[in-house]
Amino acid sequence: METADLLFKAIFVVAIFAVSLVIAMYSTYAERKVAAFLQDRIGPNRAGPFGLLQPLADGVKMFMKEEIIPAQADKNLFILGPALAMLTACMTGVVIPWGDSLIINGREFLLQVTDVNIGILYVFGVVSIGVYGIMIGGWASNNKFSLLGALRASAQMISYELAMGLSIVALVMMSGTLSVREIVESQPGAHWNVLVQPLGFLIFIICAFAETNRTPFDLPECETELVGGYHTEYSSMKLGFYLFSEYINMFISSAIIVSLYFGGYNFPFINSLGLSHNVVALLGVAIFFAKIFFFIFFFMWIRWTIPRFRYDQLMRVGWNVLLPLAMLNIVLTAVYLLWKHDLWTLSLN
Amino acid sequence: MQLTNRSKIVSNKEMSFVEKLYFPAIVGGLMITMRHFFRKKTTMNYPEVQKEYTPVYRGHHVLKRDEEGRENCTACGLCALACPAEAITMTASERLPGEEKLYREEKYASVYEINMLRCIFCGLCEEACPKEAIFLTDKIVYAGYQRDGFIYGKDKLVEPVDPDKRVDISGRIQAHRKS
Repeated sequence: METADLLFKAIFVVAIFAVSLVIAMYSTYAERKVAAFLQDRIGPNRAGPFGLLQPLADGVKMFMKEEIIPAQADKNLFILGPALAMLTACMTGVVIPWGDSLIINGREFLLQVTDVNIGILYVFGVVSIGVYGIMIGGWASNNKFSLLGALRASAQMISYELAMGLSIVALVMMSGTLSVREIVESQPGAHWNVLVQPLGFLIFIICAFAETNRTPFDLPECETELVGGYHTEYSSMKLGFYLFSEYINMFISSAIIVSLYFGGYNFPFINSLGLSHNVVALLGVAIFFAKIFFFIFFFMWIRWTIPRFRYDQLMRVGWNVLLPLAMLNIVLTAVYLLWKHDLWTLSLN
Repeated sequence: MQLTNRSKIVSNKEMSFVEKLYFPAIVGGLMITMRHFFRKKTTMNYPEVQKEYTPVYRGHHVLKRDEEGRENCTACGLCALACPAEAITMTASERLPGEEKLYREEKYASVYEINMLRCIFCGLCEEACPKEAIFLTDKIVYAGYQRDGFIYGKDKLVEPVDPDKRVDISGRIQAHRKS
């Protein structure tokens, strides 16, 4: 790789990192605003205009708070927990294609950190490591509620990861690739995968809610039963990291949902505008983020609409409903593909 | 006996297939929350926007002065007598020569105390007063940490001499006339 490429990649990595942190930061603000608006309230409006400095104030508060490590807690693991949660949350962003490519001085730069040919598997792998952050934190706290929360989190994530993976299998069968960029490119204009894979999309989005620990699947931290769930014993910025990683996860999940099912940076009439390649690419990035913001809003909208599942209901939905449905989806997709293939071969003969 | 028409008969009938899917219900719920999203907000930005009190609101007491800035109260004690909570105490004194600008009549209250913890803000003192000296205003009696602080003396009750800083009680007088 040449210096220009390296430089571009370095800048791009830092930019993606910064963007996901800022978006996660303002998701906390958005969450409170959305919650308020859905409940006929106004929400934070004291810190800065429209309360826009609220996330900063929250961040300062988190840093200033006293840091408590329980006497009986395993110190190293206690610190490792939130660190791992944060790390894995930030790692997923690298395979997501944030846009098409930019052509600078006749050189093409992909708006993606790296186009791994098994991008989806990478995402799944990293997301599964994310469970360890929660599990280790809950275990190290040496607290019943934390442990229960951690147990629930790991059980929930493992159950839902299966259905999620299977729903992706059908998608991969249709697009014939595991690279996220190629999947995005296979949905030009408005030929979004959600139109051909509605059932898969439904399963995927439900599992995405479960994977990010959002309502109605926020059992690991359900306040009414478990005090705070796995982060009961956490304080100061370590708690901040847990909460923050949840918002980063939400952002990344939205990005993945958009790239897999809603055409990523593609939008209808993309080529009929007669704009230069770079402008179209930047427009694509804007469109991509607009779609992501819609899904972040959707996450919040759901949170303030639907009550939490009971634990047995959660497990039943995961294993008895979503998993068979995902398998059915695979079979249906396979039949459809075969049928199409047959038609195609017939027409050849 | 049926008292109202609002009672609902509970049924435990099996959910239909569509109901079991939950999605129609979820979409319905989402629509409800979305409607609230655009609804007018009920929050008031408190310190900037304050709710208007009713004209008959009874709060912090004020001891009025007349137009020339002299205290109206003559320490007759009728308010203390009328007070059902026995919150008012006073000590009467004789006006000395040279104090004509301070007190309207020959007798005045040298000490006038209302125990705000006892006071029930019923407004009977106001009704009992023959000199239009005491009124209840729309000001709030603030919370405090010590009981001592709730015994309000003349320093907190008598209105300022400055005509611009007088306490407006026209609303109270109007409310009285209506009743």
